[in-house]
Amino acid sequence: MLTKSSARIFFLGGTIVTFVIFIGLSWHTLSRDVPQKTHEENITPAVIAGKHLWENNNCMGCHTIMGEGGYYAPELTKVVERRGEAYIKAVLSSKTPWQPRGRKMVAYGFNEKETQDLIAFLKWVGETDLNGFPPKPKYKSTLNTK
Amino acid sequence: MKYKSQKVAYWFFALAMLLLALQIVYGFIMGFARVGHDVLHDFIPFNTARAVHTNLLVVWLLTGFMGAAYYIIPEEAEEELVSVKLAYVQLISLAIVGVVAIAGYHFNYWEGRKFLEIPRPLDYLVVINVLLFLGLILATLFKSRKRTTTSLVLTMGLVFAALLYLPGMIWFDNQSVDAFFRWWVVHLWVEGVWELILGGILSFLLIKLTGVDREVIEKWLYVIVGLTFISGILGTGHHYYFIGTGKTWLIIGGIFSALEPLAFLGMVLFAVAMYRKGEKKHPNKLALSWTIGTAIVAFVGAGLLGFAHTLPQVNLYTHGTLVTAMHGHLAFWGAYAMIVLAFISYAMPNLTGRKLYETSRGSYAFWLSNIGMLGMTAAFGVAGVAQVYLERKMGMDFGDVQNEIKVHFVVLILCATMFATGITLYILEFIRYGRPTDEALEVPPQRAAIS
Repeated sequence: MLTKSSARIFFLGGTIVTFVIFIGLSWHTLSRDVPQKTHEENITPAVIAGKHLWENNNCMGCHTIMGEGGYYAPELTKVVERRGEAYIKAVLSSKTPWQPRGRKMVAYGFNEKETQDLIAFLKWVGETDLNGFPPKPKYKSTLNTK
Repeated sequence: MKYKSQKVAYWFFALAMLLLALQIVYGFIMGFARVGHDVLHDFIPFNTARAVHTNLLVVWLLTGFMGAAYYIIPEEAEEELVSVKLAYVQLISLAIVGVVAIAGYHFNYWEGRKFLEIPRPLDYLVVINVLLFLGLILATLFKSRKRTTTSLVLTMGLVFAALLYLPGMIWFDNQSVDAFFRWWVVHLWVEGVWELILGGILSFLLIKLTGVDREVIEKWLYVIVGLTFISGILGTGHHYYFIGTGKTWLIIGGIFSALEPLAFLGMVLFAVAMYRKGEKKHPNKLALSWTIGTAIVAFVGAGLLGFAHTLPQVNLYTHGTLVTAMHGHLAFWGAYAMIVLAFISYAMPNLTGRKLYETSRGSYAFWLSNIGMLGMTAAFGVAGVAQVYLERKMGMDFGDVQNEIKVHFVVLILCATMFATGITLYILEFIRYGRPTDEALEVPPQRAAIS
């Protein structure tokens, strides 16, 4: 029968082994995979300024990006490709709450530079390689034909 | 209770109750916004309500854990807390930082990083606060010669939880790296070190409530926390599928996170087995219901519902949908909210001397809140699955899908009302107990030390 000391060895041993593997994989990911898959060379000052705006206004509290966020408003990873820059600019600079289909967005009324920075950030996100996310709809051709 | 200083736990529990009540209010604000009644939009837009809702959860759970630690550590170490005064300072400063952070969210003062919205200047205050808390716990343990496995596992969980807060405080220009380290905090907390805290509290409760020998319970505690770490550390990979990292994580994350339910399965088998085995049944039936309930609901909510969408083939479609909210609600309720409520149910009669062991209000609180939460989980689940098919498979527009699934949020609000009724009864029962008193001391500590 299992003794308390062997149970302790199972706990400590298992933890240390998996932790070491985890650190190794993390190191590999951060030094090799991420810079390559996210095109780190394309992170311009505008992209960084856009990320600041993204965080300071908690956009993630409603929207999702890379699938992470609030599930209350649309996923924005591919928004530049889907909507185009002009539409995004109109939403971001609107002085009254944007409310497509009844659901309200806070009216941020961003200025020209802020709008450009956020678009730069969203464009950069849209070009990252996310292992196939967001998935392409299977039946797109039969819908949205209006 | 056996030591005077354990009384400080009561005030932590009281703060936890207050924050829990507020958390539910903000939950309702979001529920109503989703069915189209976003009347508070100008003052509390959805992102504010959401940040407040999730942060209050984290803070009230941590407050509950701290209260439980202040109760458990003196009893396990057989030593008064080194300083009760500093414990009150810690409580008050925790409440102040929490209130400032929550108020700030209403004025756009935050960091929009899911679950870690507390702005960085306040992060430093959180760190100081937690250091003070850990200092008091560790000093008490250090002073005593008695170190039990239960107290060590609990303390280890608390220390690691504090250390893991730090990676979340670093700024990264790359959104992928930012997300990568944000999960070091969030995942390694809830699917790692918090389970040590859960295991420690559960083990303490089972020792007290079932009368099974400590050696047997603590042996299984090691096995369970071992399973937690072996699956949970590499299981972090299930957050690294689609955020700009390599494909290795699809395999590693998939395999290890699929093993995560094992720890919860172990926990439920262990709790039920100890309950059956125990001959000396403690009269506190309510605390026992919450304790066994924690193990069962944690297995369903965190284990099974987590497994339901953890494989990368499935997660590709469910990632970033309401399916996550479905899992999140039952997992946090079962694994963490219920263990805190279990502990409060156990500790209150001992702190106040009023033996409200089997009241009907107490059992209504248990059943209404649990059935309400199960109903909410089902509503989120149906909404989430519908969203996956309509939006991700059929390619319908996000807003159209949200309008289609609105009806499930009506069900959600109804179930949430039931849940909130249960919690209200629980809080009323908490108030009925009154304040802790020295008259509730079992044996004077000097004599306890001799025997």
